[in-house]
Amino acid sequence: MTVLSADALLEVRGLRTYFPIRSGILRRVSGHVRAVDGVDLTIFPGETLALVGESGCGKTTVGRSILQLVAPTGGNIWYRGVALTFLSPEAFRTYRRQIQIVMQDPGSALDPRFTVRDAIAEGLEAFAIGANHEEHTKRVAELMRSVSLDPAAMWRFPHEFSGGQRQRICIARALAVEPAMLICDEATSALDVSIQAQILNLLTDLQAARKLTYLFITHDLGVVRYFATRVAVMYLGRIVETGPTERIFTAPRHPYTKALLASIPSLDPARRRTRPAALGDVPSPERPPPGCHYHPRCAARLESCSREDPPVVAFADGICRCVLADAEREAAAPAA
Amino acid sequence: MSAPLLAVENLSISFPGEAGPVRVVDRVSLSIALGETLALVGESGSGKSMTALAMMRLVPKPGRIEPGARIAFEGRNLLSLSVPDMRAVRGAGIGMIFQEPMTSLNPVTTVGDQVLEAIELHAKLPRAQARSRVIELFGLVGIPDAKRRFGAYPHQLSGGLKQRIMIAMAMAMRPRLLVADEPTTALDATIRAQILELLRDLATKTGTAVLLITHDFGVVNEVADRVAVMYAGEIVEEGTRAELLGRPHHPYTQGLLRSIPKAEARGRRLEEIKGAVPRPGHWPTGCRFHPRCPHAFAPCPGTEPKRTTLSATQAACCHLLDRSVEP
Repeated sequence: MTVLSADALLEVRGLRTYFPIRSGILRRVSGHVRAVDGVDLTIFPGETLALVGESGCGKTTVGRSILQLVAPTGGNIWYRGVALTFLSPEAFRTYRRQIQIVMQDPGSALDPRFTVRDAIAEGLEAFAIGANHEEHTKRVAELMRSVSLDPAAMWRFPHEFSGGQRQRICIARALAVEPAMLICDEATSALDVSIQAQILNLLTDLQAARKLTYLFITHDLGVVRYFATRVAVMYLGRIVETGPTERIFTAPRHPYTKALLASIPSLDPARRRTRPAALGDVPSPERPPPGCHYHPRCAARLESCSREDPPVVAFADGICRCVLADAEREAAAPAA
Repeated sequence: MSAPLLAVENLSISFPGEAGPVRVVDRVSLSIALGETLALVGESGSGKSMTALAMMRLVPKPGRIEPGARIAFEGRNLLSLSVPDMRAVRGAGIGMIFQEPMTSLNPVTTVGDQVLEAIELHAKLPRAQARSRVIELFGLVGIPDAKRRFGAYPHQLSGGLKQRIMIAMAMAMRPRLLVADEPTTALDATIRAQILELLRDLATKTGTAVLLITHDFGVVNEVADRVAVMYAGEIVEEGTRAELLGRPHHPYTQGLLRSIPKAEARGRRLEEIKGAVPRPGHWPTGCRFHPRCPHAFAPCPGTEPKRTTLSATQAACCHLLDRSVEP
């Protein structure tokens, strides 16, 4: 899987991000949390790739590593075919402008002392877009209109807005520098469902109008099924399955994906789930189990799963990191 | 019909504001039968958590329950009990679990000792007997390796296990009613499914009634027998689980259910409820939902809607349903 896709917007290969664990009074490094441990992702222009997984699986760290907000320990990232390692400082600034992030908590993402105008204009000033103050203000008004906020409110402070409006402000701020891609990290998770619908509709409109690419990081599978083009499922630092949304939801290959899907509560009063899907808790990423990280919770595990790393099995529409997938692929397409 | 386990009548809760008291819960009435699970559903700011706290008389100061309310638990009005009598009801009569198991447990005491303390607070049991009761409770809530986990500290346990400890603590005195405020919101999907299963299991096995506070209709469908929907401090619709999820009558309930992203909606716009939930003190006149309601008509801004009975178990407060109002 070292072949790069010619038409990808972003390629991530073998991404590793480890955090040191310090202990004792000298704060010596006694080990590492392998938050991201060899992640491959390909993101195509204009698509919405959902990165899903439970808390602690490393999905947020993947997003932050792509933005270089945390320094990856290893691996490579290519943007439009160019490896980040080889970017000049100037080209790197352009890269950082091309990818923006919208976070979960719009309350803490906005500085309470900044007016909405200044919060949105910050990026314009940082990247020296537009010549002067008036031009920036004009641009802020346009941006506010594009996220259905009244530009007359630009001189107000974040606390004067509701949670949904604050998330619109964060989106306007991210769009200010005209990025090609937005990383939405649980961007709708803290919102009430009626407001979540408004924000998802807004993201749909913006994607169509601006040809945006989304990396949508979430734990909410209902949102994923509605919103994503493709899905990557993450478990304890690794991607365990990728594929087009509909196939992931109707014919999941990895036992963990199956367990996740079985845990979605139904809204149909005639259909209640009858039993819990997965056994036990998510292990700590500090001490992931040996072999396949999922094996202690896996209903389909083999004896070898506790010892051997599972193979990454490539299918026409994605990968599956499971020893059983190998057999499935061979059954589907007998060797020529 | 026998008297319900819990009957709340005319419950209003207010907080002092700059221009006089501000209501956060407004004339709420509800009842729960023995062994029944009632889900109280609403978005943030609807007053559902405050209603739950009132059941335990734990409304945080300077908030207060306004005069004229009655919370009858097993026939006794909790609001007129002395402080020691109320303390006896908490735990033995009504248990409570919260959303954040991480902040509700004492970090410097083992989880076993914390549950032990809960038992000894209410019952004079010999140490050894109380201890075996704790281990029995750990087994009941599905904590594996219960004996060893007795000596564990909260930080050594995962979120799912901590929530199980909280449930064990709440169940320690075999309460007849369990008040659960967003018990699964902080948990991951696969763990949430297990905790919901546990709650449903406990209700059937022990006959404990549950008042479940949630914003998630998926959770409602998993565990509730009946549902009450709150908006801006009021209950706007109630009914059985099948009625509420299958045939909602209030435009707010309908809107909430339609705005949930679903597979069938792929490629189409989600139905939104325009605007935002009004904050307490800024509730609109008439029907509080009218500025956001797609069906609002003449009487809605001026007149408060009456409660319309739709079946033996379903009722909603909306002018559209009230035959005496001319459309």
